Amino acid sequence: MIDDEQQIRKLLEITLQSNDYRFIEAENAKQGLAIAANHPPDLILLDIGLPDENGHSVLSKLKEWYNNPIIILSVQSREEDIVKALDNGATDYLVKPFRTGELLARIRSAIKKNSSPKNESLSEFSNLSIDFANRVVKKNNDIVKLTATEYSLLSIFAKNEGKVLTHHYLLKEVWGPGYMQQSQYLRVFIAQLRKKIEADPNFPIHIITESGVGYRFN
Amino acid sequence: MKRTLYRKGGKLKQFLVSIILVCSVSAICYFLSAYIGYRVVAYILLVTVSLIAMIFDILPVLFAALLSALIWNYFFIPPKFTFTIGSTEDALMFMMYFVIAMVNGVLTYKIRQIEKQALQKEEKENAIKLYSTLFNSLSHELQTPIATIIGATDTLKESENKLSDTNKEALVNEISIASLRLNEQVGNLLNMSRVESGYLKLKRDWCDVNELIYSSLSKIKDKAGEHTIQVSVVENIPLFSLDFGIMEQVLYNLVKNAIQYAEKNSVISINAKYTTLVAGHFDQPTLQGKAYSDKISHKLILTISDTGKGFPGNEIDKVFDKFYRLQNSKTGGTGLGLSIVKGFVEAHHGNIKLRNIPGSGAEFTIEIPAQTSYINALKNE
Repeated sequence: MIDDEQQIRKLLEITLQSNDYRFIEAENAKQGLAIAANHPPDLILLDIGLPDENGHSVLSKLKEWYNNPIIILSVQSREEDIVKALDNGATDYLVKPFRTGELLARIRSAIKKNSSPKNESLSEFSNLSIDFANRVVKKNNDIVKLTATEYSLLSIFAKNEGKVLTHHYLLKEVWGPGYMQQSQYLRVFIAQLRKKIEADPNFPIHIITESGVGYRFN
Repeated sequence: MKRTLYRKGGKLKQFLVSIILVCSVSAICYFLSAYIGYRVVAYILLVTVSLIAMIFDILPVLFAALLSALIWNYFFIPPKFTFTIGSTEDALMFMMYFVIAMVNGVLTYKIRQIEKQALQKEEKENAIKLYSTLFNSLSHELQTPIATIIGATDTLKESENKLSDTNKEALVNEISIASLRLNEQVGNLLNMSRVESGYLKLKRDWCDVNELIYSSLSKIKDKAGEHTIQVSVVENIPLFSLDFGIMEQVLYNLVKNAIQYAEKNSVISINAKYTTLVAGHFDQPTLQGKAYSDKISHKLILTISDTGKGFPGNEIDKVFDKFYRLQNSKTGGTGLGLSIVKGFVEAHHGNIKLRNIPGSGAEFTIEIPAQTSYINALKNE
């Protein structure tokens, strides 16, 4: 964990150790980069507001060689910060103050995804199943008819379970780099997809809105 | 306007303008002196000095008085073009002129100073009033949870052995509630300062109004208690270009307000509809299955109403004021929620109104003009 706030480090040390994680801490960017290089951890928790170097630049330096998940911790919901970090390769983000239960869930999800990259042909998400080999999606065992765009949107979500995908990322992946500003496409297709796969499209459980940032698939 | 304009200019500018004014008036009088007589000129110059005194600082005014006296003496009092004064009468006139011009200038300046002080005093009193309301509500809303946290942790640390497990759990629970409350209030203060500082920059993006409403509801539905929340969105509403996060906060605050103040078992309704802002620009998509994304300006109209008691008629205008709390208000709060709502709506160039529905509760109406996109017509690509 790279964070200059001693109280937060202490809190997470206790929380993580009591959940059987080994915890190494650094109080600034320089120390953090050195420790990460010497003992590459399975996951890094990185604070954006560090005293000696901007967290965004630490993230870029880490991404040059470090391939394990990086979860960003940021004070207050500065959407620009969050989007920037995610677009620069951060796995996930949490806004301080956060609930430790939420943090543990994000850590589990990030580590799980990293250890088993999704290449199985069948994925299940509670009442929803996606058969990638045959391009078949089922809700409660009934086949859901999806258009090509809806399917490609859903499969990107399914391959990034639990991860926040920014609007830009989704537009680029589904529609192409030329469509990165065309967020109206995304809004319409998310609404359509929710109607087809969610039990209650108004209170979705699969495609969760991350206000001002993007969507998270569960 | 003119006054502040000159005030902003430096002293030098004031001197220059005074000189120009006195000289021009003198020049005009010089040509007219054959008709009006040199004594009337003295009055005209006095008026000029008085006018200058209404606008400028003391030194340029005194300078204008002196200059006008000398000009009057040199150019107008016979014998002309000398500082010599021919008759005793004129000498007396000249001295009187000098004294009146000075006194006039000083008095006008003093009156302005007093006005200024009175204004400053009023502003200061208003600020003090605002601060005392701020302190009252903040000390309550921030210090109560802090007191809980400090008290509970002290008890946990010092009397650990005497506490039963149930009591320990209860204390930890209180700490948890207090911190969440504190977090919400700090969030309110931060939002308020974003509005106040003018730092608030909107991040406009296409918003699905349904998604916006339900996303804010998903953050508050656990708190709805015994209230029922109804949503009605007009069909085929276009996407609106709004700041999603900010508008989500607007709806959250309004619904939370209704939940807090309406009596139990009230129905809280959220309605969304829209009107065309500019007649003639409204084009329904006609080409089935084709992308249609012409940007049209519409007005988004959101109403949030409840079936509670409504607001007291005499307080309805004040509810959006910063730190304003309803008299007889029993629930906690800093009185910031609705002023944040107003600030956020106005940042979107919109407006918000509150009225009591006869025979029912209160109704907030928000109107926001914004670009829309009719890409909804795009189907099954």
